[in-house]
Amino acid sequence: MLIKRAIAAAAAVLSAAAMLGSGGAAQAQGDAKTLRIVPHSNLAILDPIWTTAYISRNHGYMIYDTLFGTDEKNQIKPQMVDTWTESPDHRLWTFKLRKGLEFHDGKPVTSEDVVASLARWGKRDAMGSALFTFIDRMDTPAPDTFRIFLREACGFVLEALGKPSSNVPFIMPKRVADTDAFKQIDDYTGSGPYIFKRDEFKPGDKAVYVKNPKYVPRKEPPSGTTGGKHVYVDRVEWNLALRDGQAQMNALQKGEVDIIEALPFEFYEVAKKDPNIQLPKYATVNLQYMARFNHLNKPFDNVKVRRAVLAAFNQLPFLQAQVGVKELYNTCPSMFTCGTPYGSPAGSEIQSKSNMKKAQELLKASGYDGTPIVLMKPTDLAAIQKLPDVGAQLLRQAGFKVDLQAMDWNTLVARRAKKDPIDKGGWNMFMTAWQGHDIWNPIANPTMDTRGVDSGWFGWAKDDELLALRAKFMRATDEATKKKLAAAIQTRAFEIGTHVPLGEYQQPMAARKNISGFFITNGNIYWNLKKN
Amino acid sequence: MLNFLARRLFATIPVLLVVAVLVFLLLRLTPGDPAAILAGDAASTDQIAGIRASLGLDKPIAVQFGIWFAHLLQGDLGQSFYYKTQVAALIGQRLEPTLSLAALTILIAVLVAVPLGVVAAWRQGGWLDRALMGFSVLGFSVPVFVLAYILIWLLSLKLGVLPVQGYQRLADGAGPWLRHLALPALTLSVIYVALIARVTRASVMEALGEDYIRTARAKGLTEARVLVRHALANAAIPIVTVIGIGIALLIGGVVVTESVYAIPGLGRLTVDAVLARDFPTVQGLILFFSFIYVLVNLVVDLSYVFFDPRIRY
Repeated sequence: MLIKRAIAAAAAVLSAAAMLGSGGAAQAQGDAKTLRIVPHSNLAILDPIWTTAYISRNHGYMIYDTLFGTDEKNQIKPQMVDTWTESPDHRLWTFKLRKGLEFHDGKPVTSEDVVASLARWGKRDAMGSALFTFIDRMDTPAPDTFRIFLREACGFVLEALGKPSSNVPFIMPKRVADTDAFKQIDDYTGSGPYIFKRDEFKPGDKAVYVKNPKYVPRKEPPSGTTGGKHVYVDRVEWNLALRDGQAQMNALQKGEVDIIEALPFEFYEVAKKDPNIQLPKYATVNLQYMARFNHLNKPFDNVKVRRAVLAAFNQLPFLQAQVGVKELYNTCPSMFTCGTPYGSPAGSEIQSKSNMKKAQELLKASGYDGTPIVLMKPTDLAAIQKLPDVGAQLLRQAGFKVDLQAMDWNTLVARRAKKDPIDKGGWNMFMTAWQGHDIWNPIANPTMDTRGVDSGWFGWAKDDELLALRAKFMRATDEATKKKLAAAIQTRAFEIGTHVPLGEYQQPMAARKNISGFFITNGNIYWNLKKN
Repeated sequence: MLNFLARRLFATIPVLLVVAVLVFLLLRLTPGDPAAILAGDAASTDQIAGIRASLGLDKPIAVQFGIWFAHLLQGDLGQSFYYKTQVAALIGQRLEPTLSLAALTILIAVLVAVPLGVVAAWRQGGWLDRALMGFSVLGFSVPVFVLAYILIWLLSLKLGVLPVQGYQRLADGAGPWLRHLALPALTLSVIYVALIARVTRASVMEALGEDYIRTARAKGLTEARVLVRHALANAAIPIVTVIGIGIALLIGGVVVTESVYAIPGLGRLTVDAVLARDFPTVQGLILFFSFIYVLVNLVVDLSYVFFDPRIRY
């Protein structure tokens, strides 16, 4: 009797569950005017000038606009700027803003907002800082006009103002941009195609953006971060809680989300076969892996030892291990992203035409004394986790002693900032990945800052010749000279072994088939999309 | 009773104080730098140093502790380095999903496990008893995420009955709230059903061997009344203890389930805060969990009074 009652109760529960499930289909497809996106990371910092984190940059693109942008052919094109002039001596730049630019609070965008925004950006961004070493002053002769006066001519004003990746020179209201560059802003008013719904933002849960009805897009078709930023949905929701790869795939297959920004490689073939899912082509500029030496500590204070590593590190094993899907990776014998204006094989023979035997010979000739290489491996970052294992194996084959140390990413980033010797917690090598636009020219590429211990980025390579070439590059105003200098810089970089490029890959995006409007963005950009 | 209550609450203070000091020191002794994570990959060493200074992390540890403790005494858990939000507000935002999941899990577990355990004890050695023992071993052994993926595959992807992921707030409607919680609660409840059923079985078996059960049967009471009114009532104390521990664990430690089902709960917040070295959030969360554990233990101890009239405080 008791057991019969128990079975009856269970049946009642299952019926209730079935009734709960009856709203599934409608729920799963969601509102036709809401785009549900799973970003590659959790959005925590909402100030894209304060941090270089890509997720904050992507948040910036939703709500801010830029003076210039970079199109799919890597050309700088105007965005908020209508017209501009450059004086014959290249020292006076005058910019006029487009008509109708308005912040989300209804106030017009003026040149004072622009100047304040650029000043704040210049204090944080490496390329911005480099630009500001040339700037004598800026002024605002009219509400829609601002001028940049240079102390001497430099050839990267537009490249800096139109740089597509962190830190992007987003334009904010003056009252916001006047915030100390080392403090985060707390007012997210922008003039971009979306408005940030701060009241609906729940850290680690959800970020919400709504269409900016007053945004005036340019007339050109969208391309890269330029062109017309048309919005065809009412609302975009970023699902910040969905971080497990399998759960993301399940949600996409069921239609509970519309886009996975960074589909894990292991789900690529599954997504390809699913009739409801597409893998839109959105990038022609790849991401690049690299191994970075610590030039301060033995044995990588010896250029011959570094060149032995360059010879040992064939790119293919790294790509095969980390990416695995052949159509998503390619070797690239360039420190500047392949397929971009300065990408070339100049000077790369030490790596691209090398083999392990040569690496062993170079190591022997270097006088390497058997000092173990402390190679740091992150255990919680799937995007680059396998690279150090491959690196350790190749180093050992070349004749190095390797101390592969596993740690979580936070420990790694803390440790790589240390200039201490190994016995006091220092390091010899770590590996990482860059978006192509962060390393595509000698000014943006942080590995080319070879000021030694005074240089900004970890590794602290020192080479005055490369620095001099870089300074020349900054001052070159014609493209042919820039290309020649970039090739010379790269050749020198390979000669001294600033770091080791480990090949390039595409990060697939997956979307439901009813989403259209994808174009070449070379980033994570969400205008022009329609949900059918 | 009131004296007992006051004494127990007062005893919480030194416990929380020790926890506060320990967690503060442990965080600062572990490797990692919140400033480096906040700055992003392309940041320079100078930028990281600037952020470290702005967070007050360049001050001596004793000074940092003094500042934090002074705020704590005023009820201020501080501001998250990572989210730039008050820690109390962060905890508040994550409380509803966690409490909802915990409540539904325990409800399912108790409704299923207690009757199963009682019947298994009543029919000791029978097929139900053996099945329950086998199930409980499985329940303890299968990792939560494996079970989660199996249930998602079956109930969400194949049958389309329930959603794959996410949490809907109660304010958005009870139906969606329940639909989104059903699968995660079902997943989590398996291990608690296994645990509570075993404890119930053992406890009821012991009670069934007592003289008063023989008396109750001799008086002609129905078997159901004997089991529930006499055996279960007297076996309740260990069962309630295990349920209490389960509630405390559910509130603090279900990060795997929260990750698989994308539930923005306290477990996920804790792991994210630890990985990001978000010191104020970790400190606030550990203090909060400590307080919850103390509270749950107190409520469990107080509940003994209802089950055993001999217990008086």
